[in-house]
Amino acid sequence: MDTSEDILHQASPDLVRGSETARRSKAARLSPSFISWLQAGPMMLVFLAFFLIPLVFVVIVSFWDYNEYQLLPAFSGRGYTDTFEGCIAQLPDLCTIGKTYLMTLKLCFMVWAITLFIGFWVAYFLAFHVKSKTWQMGLSLLCTIPFWTSNVIRMIAWIPLLGRNGLVNSGLVKTGLINHPLEWLLFSEFSVVLALVHLFTFFMVVPIFNSMVRIDKSLIEAAYDAGATGFQTLVNVIIPLAKPGIVIGSIFVITIVMGDFITIGVMGGQQIAAAGKIIETRVNALQFPAAAANAVILLAITFLIITMMSRIVDIKKEL
Amino acid sequence: MKEGRPRSFYVLAIFFAAYVLFLYGPMIAIYVLSFQGPQGGLTFPMNGVSTFWIAKLFQGTGIVDLGAAFRRSLLLGVIVMIVTVVLSVAAGMAFRRKFKAQSILFYSAIASLIVPSIITSLGISLEFRIIDDLIKAHWNENFETSMGLLTSGLGAHLTWTLPFGLLIMFAIFNRFDPRLEEAARDLGATPWQTFRHVVLPIILPSVIGIGLFGFTLSWDELARSSQAIGAVNTLPLDLQGLTTTVTNPDIYALGTVISAVSFTVITLALGTIHVLNKRQAAKGSDAGKGLV
Repeated sequence: MDTSEDILHQASPDLVRGSETARRSKAARLSPSFISWLQAGPMMLVFLAFFLIPLVFVVIVSFWDYNEYQLLPAFSGRGYTDTFEGCIAQLPDLCTIGKTYLMTLKLCFMVWAITLFIGFWVAYFLAFHVKSKTWQMGLSLLCTIPFWTSNVIRMIAWIPLLGRNGLVNSGLVKTGLINHPLEWLLFSEFSVVLALVHLFTFFMVVPIFNSMVRIDKSLIEAAYDAGATGFQTLVNVIIPLAKPGIVIGSIFVITIVMGDFITIGVMGGQQIAAAGKIIETRVNALQFPAAAANAVILLAITFLIITMMSRIVDIKKEL
Repeated sequence: MKEGRPRSFYVLAIFFAAYVLFLYGPMIAIYVLSFQGPQGGLTFPMNGVSTFWIAKLFQGTGIVDLGAAFRRSLLLGVIVMIVTVVLSVAAGMAFRRKFKAQSILFYSAIASLIVPSIITSLGISLEFRIIDDLIKAHWNENFETSMGLLTSGLGAHLTWTLPFGLLIMFAIFNRFDPRLEEAARDLGATPWQTFRHVVLPIILPSVIGIGLFGFTLSWDELARSSQAIGAVNTLPLDLQGLTTTVTNPDIYALGTVISAVSFTVITLALGTIHVLNKRQAAKGSDAGKGLV
């Protein structure tokens, strides 16, 4: 750039940019909105091709017909009627799909309550008790590293501990607390909940921690000075201000557990029915419309839960 | 507030330590168990110490064709990492201005993150089946399938890694001082020069973080791969297949090998980030100020 432009530049940066643009090739003459499209377009295309269109196909296929080995592209409600088979006839007892969703919601609630408790206090410790930034970084990293390793490995890692001859059982037998190994430790509801908590507390810790570090420390001091007890400060100051993080973490955990079929499969010994597992079973039986119908139902329920929760907080504002 | 440590500090410190033990304890148990002696079983106590099971894995006499699955997972992981970094940085830059469809992209990313993986996976598999049927019906009767590691598989992984990449970009630019770019522009830098010599060096540590997420999330991905990967398996799928059948420490050995790759990548990435941060601090400029 020469001197005259420098001077011009001080007077009006936009003008110089204009003159530069005129000089340069076509590429530089692009309008800002076109550049935005170039930058964001590829990601949008990926979501379009591998997320949005597939979702549309799930909905469409859920209304198709099927036989033993193939899809029949003709309108049919069979995917749904097969799913709800016997639901009216068996009243007042719950039909299979009803029981499955009840089970899934029960697992969801247990995992949510436990991850919230653990996540809240871990985040609280990191945000308020760890004063040095370096330590805060180091300890957060310590919590994050397992997230970068394999979920399946973290599941099977419980087998040597909880199995019939595992550490826990042999320890309990040795100390004489029990005579026979406990059977419910592994491949049970207990091990499913344990593994889900183990895997996904991370999703609770991060958003709650993010909300908590943004809390102005002087607010807590003010509460303290005004005579609030530690408990009162917690309930009236910290929890309300950490609410966005709590809600975001809860949405993550609940949606993950609602759709999970791998943890429930591996840790439940393939014996526990869950919403995600129905879809997998139907796919394995090549009953795609039925699988799709179940996916639509699961999606609707998940969407309902998220809508209810996001009433409490504006997600976009918090990120 | 009082000076010194309140009692709650100690209670929570113990709670935190217990949580960390809960996180790492079981993992460490299987790493140890994968070094069982040849007669060793799935649980403690150790029956001798050896590298028998790990060696067995590499000899290919085990249950899975480890070598092929390993190479496939590695290839996919590296491609996912590169695409995630490039697309996330580009889209992150776009979000600094207002543009049409901004909120569509944002909500697509969030939805992609929280819609259960099995649904996304099923959708992709249906999409590719329908494409296959169309090709068979209209162009080529002998066409096999368009599903595969680098088509449907890659797409499935990207729906999982891109939202993380985009959210990290948001976090970066929330703390980014736009005056640095203005200064570069005022000195006559072109938009590309501004990005290449000012923005990129400052955000580089976090960009490596995006790469770390991209690779590790793909390397361990299971739920989205399950329906969408096509005929071949990735390493985690093989591992999951083993959980129902295996009765000897092969599976732990495989777990240890997979984790070794993860930990190598994590160490490399964190080491690089550390060096870059050190260098930014040492260069004495305030360019990195406000960045961690």
